Amino acid sequence: MNFTINSLLPWYALLLPLFSAAAITLLTRRAKTLSALISVAAVLASFICSCLIFGQPDMSAPAHNWIDIRGVFTVPIGFVLDPLSKTMLLVVTGVGTLIHVYSLGYMRGEAGKSRYFAALSFFMFAMLGIVLANNFVMLFIFWELVGFTSYVLIGHWFERDVAAAAMKKAFITTRIGDFGFMLGILMVWMATGSIVFDDIVPQLSKVTSNPGYLTAAALLIFCGAVGKSAQFPLHVWLPDAMEGPTPVSALIHAATMVAAGVYMLVRVGFIIQASATALEVIAWIGTVTAVLAALMATQQDDIKRILAYSTLSQLGYMVMAVGLASNEAAMFHLFTHAFFKALLFLGAGSIIIMLHHEQNIWKMGGLAKNLTVTFFTFAVGALALIGCPPFSGFFSKDAILALAYQHNFSIFAVALFTAFLTAFYVLRLLTVVFFGKARSEVAKTSRESPLVMIGPLILLALLSLVGGAPLFAQKFLVIPHEKEFVLAVPALALIVMLLGAGLAIILYRNRQSDPLDIAIFRNRFYIDDFYSWLINCTQESLARISAFVDRWVIDAGAVGGASGGTWGVGALLRLFQIGNLQAYSFLFGLGVVALIYFTVFR
Amino acid sequence: MPAFLFWIFASLMLVFGAGVIINRNPVASALNLVVSFLGLAVLFISLGAYFIGIIQVLVYAGAVMVLFLFIIMLLDLRAEKLRRINWIAFGGGSAVALALFIQICCVIGRFKPASQTFPPLAKSTTDDVHQIGMLLFSNYNLPFQIIGLLVLVATIGVVVLSKRELQ
Amino acid sequence: MATLGDYLVVSGMLFTIGFAGVMLRRNIIIIFMALELMLNAANLSLVAFSRFHSGTNGAPNYNAQVFLFFIITVAAAEVAVGLAIIVALYRLRQTTHVEDINSLKF
Repeated sequence: MNFTINSLLPWYALLLPLFSAAAITLLTRRAKTLSALISVAAVLASFICSCLIFGQPDMSAPAHNWIDIRGVFTVPIGFVLDPLSKTMLLVVTGVGTLIHVYSLGYMRGEAGKSRYFAALSFFMFAMLGIVLANNFVMLFIFWELVGFTSYVLIGHWFERDVAAAAMKKAFITTRIGDFGFMLGILMVWMATGSIVFDDIVPQLSKVTSNPGYLTAAALLIFCGAVGKSAQFPLHVWLPDAMEGPTPVSALIHAATMVAAGVYMLVRVGFIIQASATALEVIAWIGTVTAVLAALMATQQDDIKRILAYSTLSQLGYMVMAVGLASNEAAMFHLFTHAFFKALLFLGAGSIIIMLHHEQNIWKMGGLAKNLTVTFFTFAVGALALIGCPPFSGFFSKDAILALAYQHNFSIFAVALFTAFLTAFYVLRLLTVVFFGKARSEVAKTSRESPLVMIGPLILLALLSLVGGAPLFAQKFLVIPHEKEFVLAVPALALIVMLLGAGLAIILYRNRQSDPLDIAIFRNRFYIDDFYSWLINCTQESLARISAFVDRWVIDAGAVGGASGGTWGVGALLRLFQIGNLQAYSFLFGLGVVALIYFTVFR
Repeated sequence: MPAFLFWIFASLMLVFGAGVIINRNPVASALNLVVSFLGLAVLFISLGAYFIGIIQVLVYAGAVMVLFLFIIMLLDLRAEKLRRINWIAFGGGSAVALALFIQICCVIGRFKPASQTFPPLAKSTTDDVHQIGMLLFSNYNLPFQIIGLLVLVATIGVVVLSKRELQ
Repeated sequence: MATLGDYLVVSGMLFTIGFAGVMLRRNIIIIFMALELMLNAANLSLVAFSRFHSGTNGAPNYNAQVFLFFIITVAAAEVAVGLAIIVALYRLRQTTHVEDINSLKF
């Protein structure tokens, strides 16, 4: 290969999906199938480029400066191609390709198919931008673009009010996190004078000399991850985002976009790991998110909602790992999670399509007989999720639990409890959906999905199976090694997993409706209600203040004052123009007397 | 001229001048004004300005006051009925007039040449018509022509203003 | 012998009388006559100064008297036009009371 092709490979990988999105939007809106094929071809080409890049040793792509105010502010457009970004490229484009192929089947016959594929291609472009960015500003730009694409895709069926509300909620909530992120970037830039990652690392001593400043900057940067990766308290958008099509949920809200937060934290780990306080806060937020989401998942009835809360919980694990100062464990879990969560979502999508858009698990049942391949692949994903050996999830979750055991026992205890809950709700899902008798007509008469949807499922199941095995994973990642191997950790993990699974099977076998009814979990801890009350209050008081200011300060005060004052002065001056001749001559004489007085006698 | 004569004619002029503004009947006011002008003309003549004195009588007392009387008779003005006197306006006006007079007296008091008598003249001023005519037609010829124009314009203006509106 | 100051004081007094007449009388013809008084007071002071500032040849300063000539002419023209206006106003309003002629106001 000659060198010019090599150095341009990242550009191809980044820009091909963009061209595809542009072509679909501008040229092929009417030709739906053609649009879909263009999109699939583009992401496949990106995947091939990613594979080629992966094969190269560390290379740097030529960058050029987008904004260049010498000495003050320079923003390059450049790529970073270390092992972390190369692996992430493969994950993003690989899972992306599979989901594009799956979408061919899922979106068959949809009216907005072209629009969907254009947005999906644009999302790939933005996500690859995040992965490849070598400086904060480029990262932030693509961060926002990803948020925008997520907004468009969640609201794909925007004629439904629920979807329209969900798309707004997602965008606004992540935007709040992004505001903190921007403040953090500004703080780092103010201290070090540069926004390029490679340039900041040697300058870090300038920031670390002031621990309060450093902690503040690290926590503000973490805000971006809180928004994008849906940590507590900005987690409220992710369950509502399930209003979008299921492949979107798989790609964006399971495998890639929400993982972007974790990826960013790993990328700027050098800032975060310099502050112990920030690490502590991050670890606890991750833990809290994990356990809250798991609790809320135990009482949900919509198959996609359960998976969404499961995603929240696993993201909590990843953030917990970052907070425990192990980027390797976080990335490992991200890697395996991408595969099995995408698999679970695509499987759910297959079920939903075959049951004619039915999403309530209490209307399903006995699907193991009808949707066999879906069932097997879904089971593989579920077992990986709960951490059953030898599936991939076991290795990555075990790594995180071992880390927690070493550093902070209370976090370890909570994480273990969360693993118990994870096993519980996943087996609840499996039992209710696949086993037992069919609970509705549509479940009884369902058939298996077409090959274009089954194919990706099988591939992802394979990856979920072998993805965690150290031999396979070592090629892509640095596998975290504990200092000493404590048998207690995997043993405890297995025990709680079996306990949770067993409890679920006992409770939910052959049921027609949910035996447990815990309102606080079902209503998501009333956090959504609290937020809407808060926003309502704020807006109400702001509106009242504005009304008061408008009515009394502006209308009565400024406008009324100006006009009233003018009227008053005019009325006063009017007294001089009374038309009375002798009054005029009197004033005239008065003026003359005064004039003479002031000129002669003063 | 001896001081007492000056004061006699000056007081004549002032008394009748006051009479102009005090009288209720317009015709009486006009006639008072005529006598005042006569007193003034005497004062002019006492200063040696014979031409001006005669002109004062001829033009002012003879033409202008006659015009006044014509108009008063034309409008058939009677003694005006006494309306309610606005004492505030009266007081204010009187105060301003008095203040003005006091100021004039003060200014004149400070004026140093005011205490001097007139310098004696080398020759008499009986040929002042000749002298004024010389000045008027040589140095002030342009203003003279303009004055003529002004009087013409005034005449035209009066004619236009006095026309009755066409029915 | 009267001094210059005496003439000026008399002139001032006449002027003040005229001014008081303008301010205090309500009949417009009387106001006009008082206006003439004021003019003549100024004339008197002019003539007094003319006599006082006698030139090198021992004659009074005739420039002032020429000026006086113009003043009298202009005053006459002004009276004529002013009375014509008063006549026109009387035809319109049927009154010479100055307080009734006040429509030129706000």
